[in-house]
Amino acid sequence: MVTLFLLLPLAGALLALFLPRERELDARWIALLFSGLAFAVSIVIFVTFDPDQSGYQFVDQFTWINPSGAGFEVQYFVGVDGLSAPMVLLLGLLSVVAVLVSFNIDERVKEYFAYLLLLETAVAGVFLSLDLIQFFLFWELELLPMYMLISIWGSGRNRYSAMKFLIYTLAGSAFMLVGFLVIGVDAGTFEISALTEMPPQDALIPLSLVFWAIMIAFLVKLPVFPVHTWLPDAHTDAPTAVSVMLAGVLLKMGGYGILRIALPILPEQAHDFRFVLAAIAGFSVLYGAVITLQQRDLKRLIAYSSVSHMGYVLLGIAALGAVGLSGAALQMFTHGTITGLLFVMVGLIYERTHTRDITSMSGLMHRMPLIGTVMLIAGLASLGLPGLSGFVAELTIFLGAFDAHPAATIAGIFGVVLAAGYILWMVQRIFHGPADEKWADLKDANCWWEHVAMGSLVVVIVAIGIFPGIITDSIESGIAPIAQIFEANL
Amino acid sequence: MTGWEQVYHIGPAVTLLGGAGVVLLADMILPRGRAPFALLTLLVLALAAGWAIWHANTGTTGPSFDGAVVTDRFALFFIFLFIAATAAVTIASTDWVKKLDLSAEYYALLLVAAGSMSLLVQGNDLILIFVALETTAIVQYVLVGLTRRDRSAEAGIKYLISGAVAAGLMIYGFAFLFGTTGATSLDGIASFVQAGHEEARLPLTLGFVLVAAGFGFKMALVPFHGWAPDVYQGGPTPIISFLSVASKAGGFAIALRLFYTGLGGSETFISEDWAMMFGVLAVASMLFGNIAALVQTDVRRLLGYSSIAQAGNIAIGLAAVSAGSTLGPSGVMFFLATYVATNLGAFFAVIAISQRIGSYEIGDYAGLIRRSPMLAAVLMLCLLSLTGIPPTAGFIAKIYIFNSAVQAGEQWLIVLVAVAVVNTAVSAYYYLRLARTMIVDDAKDEMTFRPTLSMQVVLVFAAVTVIFVGLVPAPLISAAQRAAETLQIQ
Repeated sequence: MVTLFLLLPLAGALLALFLPRERELDARWIALLFSGLAFAVSIVIFVTFDPDQSGYQFVDQFTWINPSGAGFEVQYFVGVDGLSAPMVLLLGLLSVVAVLVSFNIDERVKEYFAYLLLLETAVAGVFLSLDLIQFFLFWELELLPMYMLISIWGSGRNRYSAMKFLIYTLAGSAFMLVGFLVIGVDAGTFEISALTEMPPQDALIPLSLVFWAIMIAFLVKLPVFPVHTWLPDAHTDAPTAVSVMLAGVLLKMGGYGILRIALPILPEQAHDFRFVLAAIAGFSVLYGAVITLQQRDLKRLIAYSSVSHMGYVLLGIAALGAVGLSGAALQMFTHGTITGLLFVMVGLIYERTHTRDITSMSGLMHRMPLIGTVMLIAGLASLGLPGLSGFVAELTIFLGAFDAHPAATIAGIFGVVLAAGYILWMVQRIFHGPADEKWADLKDANCWWEHVAMGSLVVVIVAIGIFPGIITDSIESGIAPIAQIFEANL
Repeated sequence: MTGWEQVYHIGPAVTLLGGAGVVLLADMILPRGRAPFALLTLLVLALAAGWAIWHANTGTTGPSFDGAVVTDRFALFFIFLFIAATAAVTIASTDWVKKLDLSAEYYALLLVAAGSMSLLVQGNDLILIFVALETTAIVQYVLVGLTRRDRSAEAGIKYLISGAVAAGLMIYGFAFLFGTTGATSLDGIASFVQAGHEEARLPLTLGFVLVAAGFGFKMALVPFHGWAPDVYQGGPTPIISFLSVASKAGGFAIALRLFYTGLGGSETFISEDWAMMFGVLAVASMLFGNIAALVQTDVRRLLGYSSIAQAGNIAIGLAAVSAGSTLGPSGVMFFLATYVATNLGAFFAVIAISQRIGSYEIGDYAGLIRRSPMLAAVLMLCLLSLTGIPPTAGFIAKIYIFNSAVQAGEQWLIVLVAVAVVNTAVSAYYYLRLARTMIVDDAKDEMTFRPTLSMQVVLVFAAVTVIFVGLVPAPLISAAQRAAETLQIQ
């Protein structure tokens, strides 16, 4: 089942790539079909997933590399638990949204959708892998499609941004590989669950170094201050769909990696450094929010707000308790939908106004009430309005983190105030105020794909805001074993 | 053992060397311009490969010629590698040779090079090793200067002079080894070292350092790399493609044989010394090669510096060998096998492209994906493999060799791996910049073109190998491991 989810986008990518040139536009439908099928599979996985059962479900496993000599055994090992099931659902949903908002791509269409689908496969592999080397493979596989998508279909200084993204990620993951190898060689296995059961006690180099070697890759990806600088550049210069994928699922790879690998395998080190992590988190939240306030470029604004919001994820993680960790996992899901929606809206606005400069826009609500309304919903969700999904996640994080890290939590709560500031101010400047004659002939969202993309995300945001249990049941079952490690031993 | 039985042991080498004579004879007998030299060369290669397969199946092993020659799986592994590389170069250069008035000599020299390299890897005695190495070298000097144009001749002279110095240092080192141990056979040297003559540490160290200088020239390790960029740029590209893989593989093969078997394995009083030496050489090569490659504008020079950096990667395996890693020798062999396919693919693509566009400037490769999708795709695939991005052979090779170093269980080797992974991130900059130029930038000239049929065959073969080994590495890894097992003290 999960292998199907992994391979469907890849099959679509290959199919799209080999379309004859005169039928190039059909690549859109192939992409929609395959990402839709993958989404359907992800729904089936999520619905049939049983939160009461411990361990991984839908497991596919075989030995990939097993040479005669000992020492380098790598498995193909995929499966979902309560932690990855929501991530898979999020990926399935956002991939469909990303394909939909790309329907107006008219340049090198085949390649575009092939890369987009390949990206989905790579990220799916990261969320599903239960073997360290396999995890690393998919982690690296995601680089190429992202690099090409930003380089070819981006705008502005897209080449610079794409290269920056690539080098940051590669440099981070380089150390991660060293950490994986040190752990794996020591334990004689790269299987994550086996390593979780028997956390390494001693290695060739101090385990705290190993911990940071692995964490650096995840922190770059998350991203937090001071390794976040690639994110605003990559977002600003990426096409809309890529921004959606980047904010929606790629950043989650960082948080997911911490929850899946760094915490369970190296719990003592995580416990030792929890204050460092909390300090980074608290500072990231504030720093991100303050920088966001100064942005005039709409996309950069949302991008920096992501830095702030991903700081919450790290804050929840640093609490190392069931509540905080659940909040972090939930925040990853809700941030994926909310920021995904925000980037969709920014894309729609930019397509019409051809500018992202906030100061040059005014009174757009008169011209495009639907876009304005959805943007407002997304914005309110982003600043944590009760009744929408962002609120549930942030509240859970604060509840979980307050006892452990009061100072960082207060910084986080202050970040919410700032978020209200930058979101409402942005909405006010763009949508309200006098109707500018310059924008007289703008049209509201009018294509079916725009409606579907917006509508599906709004439904999810509202639904989780009202019934958080849809997601939290699964998340809590996934977090429970991780939280147990910390409650039992430390 | 009769004389003929002994010759039987070096059958592949004899076939190749004899085949060179047949090619030259055919040139004299057959009418000018009519002789099918390429086919004849391939026939000789097929015969040699058949003989090597015969050896592998019948299990012909053990020493001959009074222990000067060994026939083991280790040697056969490399003989297959040389034969495959020579066959690929033969097919790829058929068009280039037509412009050359020395085609018979060209093919004959290729065969002599392959034959003497085959003999080299079977060598178990300093004298035989020196003779085989010098035969290879002289053939390569002639090949590099073959076209007798200015740049080619200059490259040939440079190669000759630096090669002569390297050979001088190496024979000086051999003299030290012989003078200290009283033996020219590797077995004799090994038993001397294993007997623990600690008082001989200084002359032995002098000996192996000088020998490493000679081998380092073949492998293009810093500081013996000076010839590589100039020769890569100046020499005839088809010949350079052969040189870049075969010479490097030969150098590493004989280094494995001499340092591992000849210096008495991994647990001697000097094993740490030469491991450190290779560690230092590896770091220097990676740093220098990668940094110098960053600023290159000529594709050939880029590949030249890249080959220096890659030699550094492989040398990590050598350092791991001496520290007792069981995966070290097979790591070097597996890496070299993937490197042969990858680098040949890259070189062949460059040859085919530059023959048409008449330039080796990176800037002139702009928009190649539109002009010749196949060439651009193959070159990109090979660049990804050189960087080490999945799902290519280079990714597995890097992980495998890094894993072997970590497995050796020495802290300094982990530092070495950390340096190597950071270098991977640096190398991504120049490899992917070339890929970006081909795929993202707009073409200056829209005229499309296709490589010739023979070129297509080898390009597809290289690309399929790179992908196949990336997805199903187990068979090649097992072959390398089985071959490496025979590499021990007789």
